[in-house]
Formats: sequence, C-alpha cells, structure tokens
Amino acid sequence: MNFTTKLRMAGVAALLTSTLLSNAALAEGETIKIGVLHSLSGTMAISETTLKDTMLMLIEQQNAKGGILGKKLEAVVVDPASDWPLFAEKARELLTVDKVDVMFGCWTSVSRKSVLPVIEELNGLLFYPVQYEGEESSKNVFYTGAAPNQQAIPATDYFLEELGVQKFALLGTDYVYPRTTNKILEAYLKSKGIPESDIFINYTPFGHSDWSKIVADVVALGADGKKVGVISTINGDANIGFYKELAAAGISADDIPVVAFSVGEEELSGLDTSNLVGHLAAWNYFQSADAPANAEFIKEWKAFAGEKRVTNDPMEATYIGFNMWVKAVEKAGTTDVDAVSAAIIGETFPNLTGGTAEMLPNHHLSKPVLIGEIQADGQFDIVSQTEPVPGDAWTDFLPESKVLEADWKDLNCGMYNTDTKTCVQMKSNY
Amino acid sequence: MVPLMLRHCLVLIATLVLLSPVKAQDSDLQMLLQANRAAIEKASRSTIEPVLDALVASKLPSVSSFLEKWREKEVWQRKDDGRFFFARPADGGQYMLIDIATGAEAGLADKSAIDQLKPNSGVRAVIASTLVEFQLSDPDPLRRTEALTALERDANESHLEPLRGAIESETDPALKARKIRLERLITIRFGSDAARRAEAIRSFAGDLGVDARGALNPLVATTPGFAEDLPAGVNVARMLTPGKSIDLDTAYGMLVDADKAPRVVSTEARKQALIAHMADGQVGGIPVASLDTQEARDRAYMALVADGRVPPLITLEMKQAEVARYRFYEAYAETDPTLTEAAEDTLSSISLQVGFNRFLDLVLDGLSLASIYFLAAIGLAITFGVMGVINMAHGEFIMIGAYTGYVVQQFIPNYTASILLALPLAFAVAFLAGVALERLVIRHLAHRPLETLLATFGISIALQQIAKNIFGTQARPLTSPAWLDGAWVLNDVVSISYIRIAIFVLALVFLVLLLFILNRTRLGLEVRAVTQNPRMASSMGINPDRINMLTFGLGSGIAGIAGVAIGLFAKVTSELGSGYIVQSFMTVVVGGVGNIWGTLAGASMIGSLQKAIEFFNPSNTLAAQTYMIIFIIVFIQFRPKGIIALKGRAAGD
Amino acid sequence: MERSFLIRQPSVLVFLGLLALFTIGATVLSDGYGLGLMSTSFVKILGKTLCLCLVAIAMDLVWGYCGILSLGHFAFFGLGGYMIGMWLMWARTKDIVIASMATAELPATAGEIREAIGTQIFGVVGGSRIPAIWAFADSLAIQLILVLLVPGLLALVFGWLAFRSRVTGVYLSILTQAMTLALSLYLFQNDSGLRGNNGLSGLQNIPGLTDLSQSVISIWFLWASALALALGYLGTAWVVSGKFGHVIRAIRDDEARIRFLGYSVEAYKLVVFVLSALIAAVAGALYYPQAGIINPAEVAPIASIYLAVWVAIGGRGRIYGAVIGAALVSLLSSWFTGGQAPDIPLGFYTVRWVDWWQVLLGLGFVLVTLYAPRGIGGMFDRLFRKDVS
Repeated sequence: MNFTTKLRMAGVAALLTSTLLSNAALAEGETIKIGVLHSLSGTMAISETTLKDTMLMLIEQQNAKGGILGKKLEAVVVDPASDWPLFAEKARELLTVDKVDVMFGCWTSVSRKSVLPVIEELNGLLFYPVQYEGEESSKNVFYTGAAPNQQAIPATDYFLEELGVQKFALLGTDYVYPRTTNKILEAYLKSKGIPESDIFINYTPFGHSDWSKIVADVVALGADGKKVGVISTINGDANIGFYKELAAAGISADDIPVVAFSVGEEELSGLDTSNLVGHLAAWNYFQSADAPANAEFIKEWKAFAGEKRVTNDPMEATYIGFNMWVKAVEKAGTTDVDAVSAAIIGETFPNLTGGTAEMLPNHHLSKPVLIGEIQADGQFDIVSQTEPVPGDAWTDFLPESKVLEADWKDLNCGMYNTDTKTCVQMKSNY
Repeated sequence: MVPLMLRHCLVLIATLVLLSPVKAQDSDLQMLLQANRAAIEKASRSTIEPVLDALVASKLPSVSSFLEKWREKEVWQRKDDGRFFFARPADGGQYMLIDIATGAEAGLADKSAIDQLKPNSGVRAVIASTLVEFQLSDPDPLRRTEALTALERDANESHLEPLRGAIESETDPALKARKIRLERLITIRFGSDAARRAEAIRSFAGDLGVDARGALNPLVATTPGFAEDLPAGVNVARMLTPGKSIDLDTAYGMLVDADKAPRVVSTEARKQALIAHMADGQVGGIPVASLDTQEARDRAYMALVADGRVPPLITLEMKQAEVARYRFYEAYAETDPTLTEAAEDTLSSISLQVGFNRFLDLVLDGLSLASIYFLAAIGLAITFGVMGVINMAHGEFIMIGAYTGYVVQQFIPNYTASILLALPLAFAVAFLAGVALERLVIRHLAHRPLETLLATFGISIALQQIAKNIFGTQARPLTSPAWLDGAWVLNDVVSISYIRIAIFVLALVFLVLLLFILNRTRLGLEVRAVTQNPRMASSMGINPDRINMLTFGLGSGIAGIAGVAIGLFAKVTSELGSGYIVQSFMTVVVGGVGNIWGTLAGASMIGSLQKAIEFFNPSNTLAAQTYMIIFIIVFIQFRPKGIIALKGRAAGD
Repeated sequence: MERSFLIRQPSVLVFLGLLALFTIGATVLSDGYGLGLMSTSFVKILGKTLCLCLVAIAMDLVWGYCGILSLGHFAFFGLGGYMIGMWLMWARTKDIVIASMATAELPATAGEIREAIGTQIFGVVGGSRIPAIWAFADSLAIQLILVLLVPGLLALVFGWLAFRSRVTGVYLSILTQAMTLALSLYLFQNDSGLRGNNGLSGLQNIPGLTDLSQSVISIWFLWASALALALGYLGTAWVVSGKFGHVIRAIRDDEARIRFLGYSVEAYKLVVFVLSALIAAVAGALYYPQAGIINPAEVAPIASIYLAVWVAIGGRGRIYGAVIGAALVSLLSSWFTGGQAPDIPLGFYTVRWVDWWQVLLGLGFVLVTLYAPRGIGGMFDRLFRKDVS
C-alpha cells in the first residue's frame, strides 16, 4: 500500500465517517467483499430485508466452510431505501469506495435499470434474484429469477391446456413488469388462437384498494359462455384488497381461476387464505416443494432467521446465484469480474426443488416451473412441475425481440440481431 | 369423434392386455386403475377422459366413490408397487391404507412410502362432470347439488338426457328449479330439436344470469367471410361494405389470406428486395449510399419493378378493384336462422336489463366508495370546521384505528367479538391520541394554520415510522367475522359485499350520531357557538379550549373507527392513512368546510365521480384518479367555498 | 442600484464567498480534477444537494416571502428534470442506434432511425411508438426552453386559476398538493408517454461526452449547480430587496390591506409563483442528470412537503435559511438512512438509525415549529443582527 493510496483511504474515511469504510481500509486484500444492495427501509423493505438476511446466512455458511480461495467473505450491506436514484448512488459507492467484488441485490426492474448504467460503466457484477419481464441481458448482470418464459408462459399454457380457459383477464399494477409481461402474453395468446376481444387488460395503481368494479368486470366477461381465467401481475399490498374482494364475491377457483406471478408465501401471510383455496401461483420454487435439499434449506433458514419465517422464490434464486458465483470464483481462481463471468457460464448447481440449474450464455438460468394451488394454511400445493426451462432473455413472442439473442460466450453480445447478424449494442437499454 | 372412440378402444384393449400380469388378489377396480396407471399419475384434462370413460364403462360399484375421493385428493399411491389406496392419518406420522374397492384396512405405510394424488382443478372438473350421472338422482341432496354445480360449470351433450330424466323425481323445490333452468340452458347449447331450442331461447328474455348470456352469445357469434355469390346455407348476420363497415385493408387481407389476391409488398419486404438486388454498389441504377430516404428507396424499387425483377406494388386502385369482385358478410356459426333470430331478440331484451342493472351496480359501488370517503373525512371536516386547523396526521389516526383492530384480534380470536370490541377501542385510542395532539401541539399554534399544518405533518411522519418499527412494513391481517363474508347478490350483475354494506351502515350511523350531537346536545350547541364566533362564545361562558379539545378528540376518534372499517375491506399497513389523506382533504374542500352535510355531499360527489370515470375508462384505474383530481381543482375555481358554503356571519373568514 | 442592494445585504456576499470556497474545495479534493480524496459518488451527493438548496430558495421565495405555502413545488422540479431527461435519453439512444445501423446493408432512413429509437426507449416499458410529446426530444435547444416553458406554464395556469378565485391559506396548500399528486399519478401511467413508473434513466451518461469519466462529469455538474445556486441566490435576494419585495412581504402579512391600497395582489402572487416555479425547474434540470434516473415517485406529494420542512427548519423568510435547511436536513437524512450511522444498543433494544431517524425528524420538526418558528436561520439573525425583517 503506497502513500497516495493510504492518503486516499484516510481522506475518504474522514469525509464520510463511515464505519464500513474504515473496515474497508483495514481489511483490504484479506477478504472477498460482497455488496448487498437491498432496501432495508421504505416500501420494498418487506420483500428485500428477507433477501439481505438470506445473503448474510449464505455468507456465514460459506465462511464456516472456510470461505473461498482461502479468504473469508465479508458482506457490505447498504440501504437504498426503496428510492430508485439511491440505488444508483449506492451501487457506485459499493464499486468505487468499498470496492466490492460482486453485488447481490435489487428488487423490481426500475431499481435494476437504475443500477445498470453504473455497473456497466464501472464493470461491476450484479446478481438479480427476482422474476422480471425479460428484454434485457447485460454483460454485468446475472438474472437468477424467472424470465417470462419461465413463469408467465408456462402458467398461461397451464390455463389453456389444463384448465381450458378461453377468455383471459390480465390484471396488473401499472408498471413495467406487468406491462411487458402482458404485452408478451397478449402476443402469445393470439398465437394460440385467442382473439383480441377475449383478452381483457386492466392496470391499477400501486396499493390499489377499491377492487369491486374490476372484480365485477371480470365476472361479466363470462357472458359469452367462455371460461374466464385471470392472470394477475398485481404487485404487493394491492393483492390483499383484490383477494378479499374476490373472496367476498364468492368467486371459486373452479369458476374463475386466478394465477398470480407476484404472490408468494410472504404475501399470503397478510391475509386469511381460507376463501382463496385453489387459486394459483406460478414460481420456480415453493416452500412446500418436497425435496431433501429444500428441507435442509428451510431448517437452516429457520435456525438463522426465526421459526416463523417462510422461504420463497427470490430466496432460492439468491441461493443458486450465490452458490454459482462461489463455484465460478473457485474455478477462475480469482474474483475478477471478467474471469468470473466467463467461468460461471455453463456452471450448474442443484435446485432446492430437485433437478439442476444451469447458467446459460445469456446470463439466465434454466429452472423448472412450478404451479401451486393456494391452501388454507397460506402454503402452496404444487400441482404442476415442468422439466427445467432455459430462461430466454429476448422473448420469441414479440416481433421486435424475436430476432434478438443474447450470448456472452460465443457472440459476446447481449442484444444480437440474428437477421442482420450484428450486435445491436453492447450496453443495455435502461 | 372418431379418434376419441379409437382412443377409448385402445384404452380398453390396453386394459385387457394388462389384466393378466396384475396379481390375482387385486380388485377389478385396482386392476383397471393399474392398467391406466400412467394417465392417472400424471392426470391432465386432455388425457384423462378415456380413462374416466373406461372406469364408467366398467360399471364397477365402487367407481363413483373412488372418483369422489380422487377429486377430493384423498387417493394415495404406494411408491413400491404403484397400487392406489385411500388413506387416513395414523399414529407416528404413518398412514393407514384403505382398499379402494372394499374399504378394508390394508396396512400402515410411512408418509415417505406413499404419494398423494393431486388432480389439478381442470382434472377435478372433468371428474365432477363424469360423476354427474351418478349423482343427479342421488338420495343425498348435497351430491345432487354437486352434480348441478358441475353441470353449471361444464356440461356436454351426454348430460342432457340424464338431466331431463332427473327433473321429474326431484323433491327439493330449489334444486328442481335449478335443474329446470339447467335443462333449458343445455338444450340451447346441445339440443337437437330446433323448436325446443327456440322455445328455451325465448324463455330467457330479460334474464340477467351470466349463464343465460353464456348460452345465448355463442349462437350469435359471427365470423367475417366473403364470396363472389352468397353460398346457400350461410346464415348471414349482416353484409359488410368495404371502406365503410369493414376496413379496405382488412377486406383485402382476407382475400390475401385465402390466396385470392397477391400479397401487399411491405416496406420491410421492399427493403429486403433492394438488399437482394444490390450489385456493384447500386440498386436499380441508384447508388446504395444515397438510399437513405424512403423516396430514394421507392425509386430504386420501381426501377426493379420496371425490370420485372421484383413483384409490383399493390396500389389503392388495385385493392379496390380486387375487393369489389367479392361480397363481404358476417355469418353466424349457427346455421338455423330462426334460432339466431330468437337469440338476437332475447339478447337485446337482456342487454337493456343488463345496462340498467350495471348502472345500478355502479351506483352501489359509488355509494360504497362515498361512505368510505365520508368516514375517512368527517373527522377532518369537524376539526377543520371548528378550529380552522388542517390535521395532516389525520391519516395516521385512521392507521392507529386499523392497528388497534389488528392488535385486538391477536388477543381475541373470535372475529365477531373482536370487531365489536375493536370499534369502541379504536375510537378510544384515537380519541386519546387526538386530545394529546391538541393539547401538546395544536393549542400552542392557535391562529397559525400553516404552521399547524406543518407541525401535524411532522407528527404524521413520526407516527408512520413508529408504526413501521412496531408492526413492520408488511401488511397485517384484519379479518372480518364470517357473517360479513360474501356479498349481497341481487342478480348476476348487481351485487355488493356485506363488508361494504356494513361500512355504509357505519357511515350512516355516524352521520346521524354527529347530526344529533351537533344539533341536539349541549356540546353541539357549544361547538357551533365556537365555530361561528369563538370570542363571543367564550364571553358567554363557554370554554373554547375545552371545546376545541373535545372536538379534536371526536374527529380523531371517528378516524380511528374509519381505520377499522378500511382495514376490514382492504389492508392494514403503516401507509394506510396516507393513502386516504389527500382524498379526505378533497372531500372536505369540495363539500364545504364546517358542515356535515357538506362533507356528505363532497364524499358522494367524489365517490360517484371516481366510479363514473372508471366506468368510461375501464382499462386504467390510475387515469380515473388523475382526472378526478383535475376535475376537483377546476371545480374549486367555480365554488371556492365548496358545494355547501356557510352563508352570512357563520362563513367567518 | 446593484451596488446598493449588495451593500444592504452583506449576507449575499458572504454566501457567495462561502459557496465559491466550497466549490473550489470540492474540486481540489475530487477524483476528477484534484487529489482524489473525495469519491465521485460523494461529489454527486454534494452536487445534488446544491440543487436541492436552489429549489429550497424557490420555496422560500414563494412561502417565506409571499406567504403562499405551496406543497407542490416538486412538480416543477420534476418537470424540469423530465424535460432535460427526454433529450438526454433521446440523444444517447440515437448515438447507439446510429452506431448499430452503420453496419447495415442499406444506409438508414430518418424514419428507420426514429423507429429504432422508439423501440429502444419504449421497448423497455412494453411499447414502441413514440408519443407526440417527444416531438422535440431531438433538439437540445428546444428541450432546454421546455425546461422553463412547461413548468412555467403549469405554474401560470394553476396560479392564475387559484389566485383569481381567491383560494388562499390552507386551501391553496391542499390544492397545490393535489396538483402534484395529479401529476405524479399521471406520470405513473405508462400511457403518459414518459415511461410510467420506470421514468427516464441513465441520465448521467451525457451524449457526446461518453469518453469522459463520471468523475469529471460529476465535477462539471457540481460547478453548474453551484453557479445556478449562486445566480438563484443573487436573483432572489435582488427581487426581495426592492419595492417588489416589500409588496410581496406585505401581501404575506396582510393581503386584504394591500389589496385596499390598490395593488393587484393576484398579479404579484402570480409573478412570484411562476418565478419560483422556474427556479425549481432549473434546479430539477440540474439535479436529475446527477441522480441518473427520474421517475414519478419524485413528484409525489411527500417530496414537496419535505421541501417545506427543510425551509421551515432552515428558517423561512431568509434565503440563507432555506439553503441551510435543505443542505443540513437532506445530508443528515442520507447519512442516517444510509445505514452508516452507528446503532445505539440499549441492551433490551437496539436503536437502529435507519428505523428511528424519521421519528426523530418528525418530532424535531414539531419542536422547531413550536419553539423556533424562525428555524436555524433565526438563530443566525440573533447572533449577527438586531433588526430582523
């Protein structure tokens, strides 16, 4: 450590009076630093705090096994406070001040899009553990949550084939994930022969509570004698009012089934599910999955975080992402971003639900798709489980992204036009 | 039909072939199931039907009970030999297996040694549909109800005869009525006798049931078509005139799809053609580098057309000429004109009724929303009216009420008792909080309304964060008692949940109560006196401080009650109050300050307005809220003092 | 005139001097131009804080000097940000599109480029058509004019409607709150054409300057923000010191009397309101390229209320009060909520600042309102001056 670096360190520490930073100065070179970029306050805290705890647990476990490459892991936890500009600010801080080797974090696309330009500029590494709308593949991001073809499309297939639904109500909160997912689903349904007049789309604000009219509209859809199904991309709290109204209207899952993409074990703990039995959710993981690895994980989680805590899909995504990163670092022998990114492609790790996840060249995972029916105890009864589905960054059901492909192994491009055989751009859209 | 029957045959053959290797002690049912083991293990709506048909065709006595158990997810499969059993939990985490045919106990098994069969909802529906014929005339009315429910969800041609046969013997009048109605519905869809179908169709005139429309609408569904001359046997709904009732491009597209006309060369296709004909850095005599405008590309393409190397462009005139050769129409799928005519008549009579009832439903929704806004805003209106103070923490008092309800439910598991206790308790807690706020903060800021606004905002931030710290950011359940579950259903169009009715009643109660307090009691007299002229009131022996404190407490207490009500129908979070605060301000401002009737008018106007905007713009609820706020801003321009403005000296200022 | 105004207001010179020192100090310490003792992310925080100080001055002008408690000033701030953000996104995307089309067989037409830009910008939020409001996004000059024009027009129309019908006091506050709520709800819709909840992002990448590192660009923006703050301070001080300033303060203190004296109260209020909206818009246009992303949550009512809190804590009716309040509270807020403040273990309970900072802020704010209505600036006055305006 030469004089200028020392000076720099001292100056930064003095300026920011940060305990983390002084730790950083002390621990340079001895530990591998992992940035945890999840909101611990604000509206997203409820979901993201769980993932921060998951990361801490995984890091603790890895350290108990002796760390990686003989070095201990050290978590650098920051709080972007559910504030999107703050995500970018904190990411820059993690990369330039704390000099972390990898980041795990973000929840919702807008937070990821806020961070994207920063990590692409500074060549950071981010693992994003939540289901999202696709249409993106960044050199610096690994997407361990579901792409639309790993959640939305199989759920729609289930509606079409298993439940015989002929008319679709796509209800969503008005933001990018529902908008894009519904756009993809609309195109997909049309390709399956469902006419446009049989697809009803409605968007509501975040935290919407007055659902009576929308539920009545959905019931009225049945007037032309077709079986109606609801595909819900309603986010967070708004689900509670929606399901309460649904239960009050006496809509049974056998009459009008509802499949949700954002409702998991955590969300159901906020309401009485006895009137919702039979409605569906599609994820890559349910706590009720019957597998030895899952039982072990749940046991460890409850020991770490508390007996009452539940596990959910983004936790599994975090778990797989972290373990793949560990394997890739060991394979590459370094934490260097480019080396790890190259080593992780093709890496495999067992899913908690059985089977093996594989990191694909487009930075997405191949994972099985599970569909569960809500039970009275707030858990899900798994009624369908597919073989692993490779995550598709660019959907095949929209004309403009059909021609696009992401391949960081051979083509070295996240947005490759297979028609013109050119790389549209190296950086991502945000 | 043929492939289906073929499939049935195959299943039967497979059954017969497989019968031999199965051990002799197995029941016939078990053998039949083993023969179809794969299809049962991985049951799917699309593959299960032949298996069910085979089961029914076997006429074994235990089939119906097996199907019922299977549907209820009570059938288990032993992993080592794949045999099916019923099971009930036994001691030590084990399960007692029960033979599916005899009902005899068949030994204990570990949970890990058996798998539960979990048919999905689609398979369950098919099983229920298969069970119909067993259940239609079952002595147990519950089974008959089940059968009817299954028929209402999914009926097919084969159900018609058994259903007709089961009507006469039905003893329960309600079930009989349902059977008769179902018989008419299924007749419309699958009946073979046209006269009988027409009669059934006409019998639904003015009927509001979704099922009736569900049966009728497919009859009048149309598909567009075209022909040089109208073919016989087509039941034409209406003729289409290209350019008027059908888009010219759409009409031409239909011709293209049927290979009757050449495809339009799209801009993209022309571009590809240009690329394909590039030679020596130019296309059609034009240098490639200058092809950066659409005009240049068009010229290059026309040059290629002139050489006959690419297909010519389709001009508007060509399209018109092609389209003019055909007649376009919309045809019913149903070929019998008498039926479609009957269905159209019936539907038009229904749609009038539906329109009226939809309006009624909208009014009910509006009333419900208005009552929620009224409850949320009335406390604010009182304090604003009497003290001229805007309480930004009002929303947090609503939140306090909701959390009180949640806490009460943690201690009293009985939902009815807990709600009855939660209402007064929420009032009391919020009342105390209000009194404390008044004494500690607001009193010291008398006559400085803007400072009060900001100080109460500080309180609001603090209270919200404290709630987060105590209860977490996660939504907490506040469950209504069972007798408030469900909805009051007038017909398939008009219905309103009981919980909303309860909130409406609550709002009415508070309206009456407040009117009584303000107009008929000593306190009310004093409050009105202070509202109109505090100095004069105090010289008449009224203590304005006490009145202010009580008024503020009362307003806050009602907010607490509103919190319980809102928590019951929506969710309990720390942000619950802030979601209603702006709406509450609007209600007060629009209605007119210091007047209960004004608040009522304001709440009614905002509630019904929001529903009306939602009605016109059903796909975006967010837009409705934006438009409503803009409307209110404009409204204030014309009635700055609100709908019901106090007149004369009371108006103060 | 100029000289006498500055002599009458020595605090202006003091402030400008301090601001210059601060800017030079930050530059010297920075990564981009100096010793590298200060991280780029911290430079960005400082630059953003300067912008917040500027919008606080705008708030002080309208509230502290004219008595209009606007709870919707972030609407203007946000609109300013959106207007510049549209150009930043468009121009950046255009560069990318042209680069990727350079290898195509046929040279791209203007229509094709436009279409590709639309797909790139709106494909992310599930659309591809370019809304009409993006018509001028290609031109930096027009968008810069729009930065002033759009918020200014909104303030003009809203103010004209509100003041004309004599909406005052808390009514006006609530109406302004409704205005910003309506704007944020509108922007939250995907159909608004400004990418809904996602907003505009990647704004820190300045088109044409992609080769420069953020450490340099952040310093440029710090300078620009400091310059804007200096000009805003100077301009506001000048406006409130003359006759105009006397009239608006008189309106604040007794509107009816001023009206009886023959002044057109409505016109004065409207001018002040629009002027402060313009200052807020400029602040927003400088803030968001540093923040990197703007989305509708930024114009939600709560942000504007916080603005009032800053000004109240700093001390309204004093321009430096607004600056102190904004700088202090926003920096403290980000420090406490950033998880960097040490927790206080009490044995039975650990006080985490992330959890309790808001409570402290709220209660502290109540105390300031109750016991120090002139805020921190009021204390300065007591120290340095006897005559308090």
